[in-house]
Amino acid sequence: MKPSSFGYSRPESVAEAVAILASIGPDGKVLAGGQSLVPLLNMRLATPSHLVDINRLSELAYISIDHDHIAVGALARHADVLRDPVAAAAQPLLAMALRLVAHPVIRNRGTTVGSIVHADPSGEMTAVLALLDGSVLATSTSGQRFVQARDFFLGPLESDIQPGELATEARFPMLAASAGCAFAEVSRRHGDYAVCGVAAVVELGDDGRVRRARAAYLSVAGTPLVLDLTEACAGAADGFAEAGRLAMDQVRPASDIHASASYRRHLVGVLTERACRDALAHAKERAR
Amino acid sequence: MTFDVQMTVNGVARTVRVPARLLLSDCLRHDLRLTGTHVGCEHGVCGACTVLVDGVAVRSCLMLAVSADGAEITTVEGLAGPDGTLSAVQQAFADCHGLQCGFCTPGFLTTITAALAENPDPTHDEAREIIGGNLCRCTGYQNIVKAVLRAAELGRAGS
Amino acid sequence: MTAMFGEPIARVEDDRLLRGEGAYLDDLGHDALAVAFVRSPHAHARILDIDVSGALDVCGVLAIYTYEDLPGRLAEPLPLLIPHPALTHGRTGYPLAADEVNYVGEPVAMVVATDRYLAEDAAEAITVDYDPLPAVVGIDAARAAEHLVHPDVPGNVAAHLVQSNGDAAAAIAAAPRCLELDLVIERSASMPLEGRGVLALWDTDSRRLRIWTSTQTSTGVRAAVAAKLDLALASVDVITPDVGGGFGVKIVHPWPEEVLVPWAAKTLGRPVKFTEDRVEHFTSSAHERGQRHQVRVGFDDDGRVLGLDVRFWHDNGAYIPYGLIVPLITSTQLLGPYKPGAYRVEFTSLYTNTVIVTPYRGAGRPQGAFVMERTMDAIAASLGLDRALVRERNFILPSQMPYDHGLIFQDGRPLIYDSGDYPAALAKLKALVGWDSFPAVQAEAREQGRNLGIGLACYVEGTGVGPYEGAHIVVETSGKVKVATGLTTQGQGHQTVLAQIVADELGVPFGDVEVTTGDTRAFGYAVGTFASRAAVMSGSAVALAARAARAKAIKVAAAALEASPDDVEIVDGMAAVKGDPASAIALGTVAVLSNPLRYAFDEAAKAATQFAGGDIDAPPVAEGESPGIEGREFFSPVRSTFASGMHAVIVETDPLTAETKILRYCVVHDCGTLINPRIVEGQIHGGVAQGVGGALYERMAYDETGQLQNASFMDFLMPYVSEVPDGIEIDHLETPSPLNPLGIKGAGEAGVIPGAAVFASAISDAEGFAITTMPISPSDLFELRQRHKAAPDAG
Repeated sequence: MKPSSFGYSRPESVAEAVAILASIGPDGKVLAGGQSLVPLLNMRLATPSHLVDINRLSELAYISIDHDHIAVGALARHADVLRDPVAAAAQPLLAMALRLVAHPVIRNRGTTVGSIVHADPSGEMTAVLALLDGSVLATSTSGQRFVQARDFFLGPLESDIQPGELATEARFPMLAASAGCAFAEVSRRHGDYAVCGVAAVVELGDDGRVRRARAAYLSVAGTPLVLDLTEACAGAADGFAEAGRLAMDQVRPASDIHASASYRRHLVGVLTERACRDALAHAKERAR
Repeated sequence: MTFDVQMTVNGVARTVRVPARLLLSDCLRHDLRLTGTHVGCEHGVCGACTVLVDGVAVRSCLMLAVSADGAEITTVEGLAGPDGTLSAVQQAFADCHGLQCGFCTPGFLTTITAALAENPDPTHDEAREIIGGNLCRCTGYQNIVKAVLRAAELGRAGS
Repeated sequence: MTAMFGEPIARVEDDRLLRGEGAYLDDLGHDALAVAFVRSPHAHARILDIDVSGALDVCGVLAIYTYEDLPGRLAEPLPLLIPHPALTHGRTGYPLAADEVNYVGEPVAMVVATDRYLAEDAAEAITVDYDPLPAVVGIDAARAAEHLVHPDVPGNVAAHLVQSNGDAAAAIAAAPRCLELDLVIERSASMPLEGRGVLALWDTDSRRLRIWTSTQTSTGVRAAVAAKLDLALASVDVITPDVGGGFGVKIVHPWPEEVLVPWAAKTLGRPVKFTEDRVEHFTSSAHERGQRHQVRVGFDDDGRVLGLDVRFWHDNGAYIPYGLIVPLITSTQLLGPYKPGAYRVEFTSLYTNTVIVTPYRGAGRPQGAFVMERTMDAIAASLGLDRALVRERNFILPSQMPYDHGLIFQDGRPLIYDSGDYPAALAKLKALVGWDSFPAVQAEAREQGRNLGIGLACYVEGTGVGPYEGAHIVVETSGKVKVATGLTTQGQGHQTVLAQIVADELGVPFGDVEVTTGDTRAFGYAVGTFASRAAVMSGSAVALAARAARAKAIKVAAAALEASPDDVEIVDGMAAVKGDPASAIALGTVAVLSNPLRYAFDEAAKAATQFAGGDIDAPPVAEGESPGIEGREFFSPVRSTFASGMHAVIVETDPLTAETKILRYCVVHDCGTLINPRIVEGQIHGGVAQGVGGALYERMAYDETGQLQNASFMDFLMPYVSEVPDGIEIDHLETPSPLNPLGIKGAGEAGVIPGAAVFASAISDAEGFAITTMPISPSDLFELRQRHKAAPDAG
């Protein structure tokens, strides 16, 4: 399968990139890692009129820690984020999730910002951004705007990035010292998209009990679903099982060739319990 | 509209003039006649097309040739030594019967070469993780896992 | 000199393949024109109009062809390769669809352009006006026949066949106990990493057609193309290049492109090449495995089968070019290593509006093994007996060999097992996997909340099916030995294995032997590579040819050494009088001497010229002899030879997520004498991986409109390393075949045959209820658990 023809630009600066994006309109696309886009081009499922290749924008290949968040530039590859020790310490959920994204060679080229903009509800990084209530920095010729995660994912494969905009950064809030996180996922083959996945963050109060618990879900809705499970987790002894039941009530997964809706819902319960329990253990370990 | 692309491929400077949509895999195979890199799917899943771009293993079917401008590329043809001696990874595959039809093999060789450069002494489980993203339909992977460990052994012996 | 036969030596193929110097189809013909097809997006439709005008403006397009352009025999349906009396309604497709399309992916128009990118652009610009018709998808819809795939095929029935031995109905009626089972295996596919491809070149000077194609049968392709293009066989050459896997799908011929591309090359006067992409492979090559079975079995209190009655429905897809081979193999190989008392098998082969169904490694045996092994497990469960014990009680014993089942096998010959020792194999397997101690292991695991299960599956495989293979051996004056056989190679190491045989038989160093396969220029009589037949057929043929060459060499050497042929031996490429090493002459020299010359073209050749000596009262070439040291022999066995094996697997099923984890996988395998044990084990490893795929992951998911929903590697789940067992434990048994000179049986398909059966057996054991449909995903297992929780006594 070969792509259909497209115009091509390879800007040397962000300013040049957004200028080109402004001129090509809605039928243009940004090429970063290409691990999601190029298969679509090859199958002619995507036929953009013009590609803006941002792989020369080395100024965007950063991973930096700010006072309360990790900033990942648009050209930071998954592999770079995964092996960054400072990022891993500041927000362990990033590494937990990235380890499950496809396979190492895909991670060598694919970018974290790119996969977030791709907005696949089965993508691990979309769920992580949503769970942490991170944000995306969209840059254009008219300036920059921050879009919070809750406003960013509009539908399956649809983000709030507008024509003319380049997502230049994603921000992931750091994990509080009193919190722990975990990722639990079931996929058909190792590295496949999740049949169901749950990312969880659990925060402990000064009394050592659960003060806050939130989870984000993959592959059960058109956009990453975030649930507040605080009440269930902070409550009775089998709080996590209760959280699982609560989550099961909230989801309306679909059936497809890989799994039935009822199995997915069942996994939501199982994996919620597992992720919350693991996140709590992680929180306790960090608190020591 | 075509673009000039300059790459260093297996140590040799190459220049091609290509349309933007030409995949790197096709550029290597047809423009540069380096047919050792194979195409199994063109959706990035099988790994047969894996090459090293600036030392990093990537799927050449998911890269445009134009994106490779200025890059240093190593394909399977560039793994053997200047005198033609098989590399440790290649020799390990021969020693362990790690290939049958040989179609997926170049993708495994480049992937493993890059991985061992970063982790020269993998455990058994790490060896399985290294080859975890490449498909093989012939071997059932048993001997490929052995080849990874054997390559590490040969690499340590050589150095 | 060490014997080569039986040695796990490294392969001669590897060096160039490891260097990236393989020559697969798409690596050839860099200057050839490229091809893309317009393919039907509908599973069933009438073609009303094809408008190519949009494509004519695409730069680089040289030609666009539709059915109307096809001359002579090209306008006729593609051949029905294997006729059978029961195949009363055989239908095959046209190279380009005429007025109807019957599956998504069927080729409708062919574009020839300067490169594939442009060809695809042009194909996209061609508009086809379709009148969609109702699609028949799945066995149930085909049987119900509310709609027909082919208007002149009532009930969508291509064929209906009953085979029987004894009166099964009576035996079952009289039996103390009876069980019924409904079993389903879903569709999968060979899925080699390299798809199909063909390159053709018409040489106007010599008026010859040369074709390279990624095939399992170069002689098959040659005959078909010559027939379709009205060319003499002798003016068509077909060469099989390096092939990136076949697994059965590449035995089908001629594909539409295999006749269209040569025709285009001849018509345009330029080389033309077609390489399919992965989506095309999914939607226009071939699939296999989809069947639905109903079993009735009568047995006694010891678990002995007294009567077996199997009815099944086989989905053959839109057309049936390969005939009934797959259901015939299912019908007969279902019997496995057992004597079932009376047996009756009835199948109906049905058309559906989906991709055609032709053999995929195992070729109907996995379905048969699944059915028989589930039946054995069901018998054991109903009697509360050990599953291995029930099987043992039904085995054909070595003392009963040869065993005639009273049926006709897929080669048209009686199903007679020549040899095998099933009790010994089972004993080995039980020891290897720890069968007897497993219940204790399982009980202990249960106490820890873990579900462990063990499965067992046995199979018998008819291999080395005829009609024949041949080989030609030439000892060159350099001493190199050139071997040619007509069948093909797709990674099985034939160049190594056949050289091992020749090295031993002829007495030459392994490194001096060079083998060519699959090139009609080198050897023109052949059948092909399939049905685990290469080692048996070509192995035997090269052995016979090598023996003939050796006899000739000894005769010539003896004359030169003035000794009796009985006193001459060939060791390490040297012919010498036994016990007199000083007498040795190189085999190359013997080759020189064997060809009396008038002209000495080099120094060595002088020894064969007319003034160099020799008996001047005898003709230079004796009556009945030929010049040169050559052997050309054919091997044609009276029937197939039967390999066998047994697999056991220990799995763990997750009580929460219903995922299945493989803990141990054990194989006991009998393929007679082994030429190269390492290559045989490699074949087993690969087959086991495909068995895992078929049991747990792979399923062609068609929707009810005939769209294939998982036509990519993303959603058709072939195993990565993470899905296959971490280590496969193999033990061998060797019951040599009495049917060929080397005692070999085929090994190519062994690893995959019991896959579905053994996993169903193990998961059933872990879960406590029977698994009757394969493959089984975690979601499927979860749903089954729910069903059994709700109705624990239901079947």
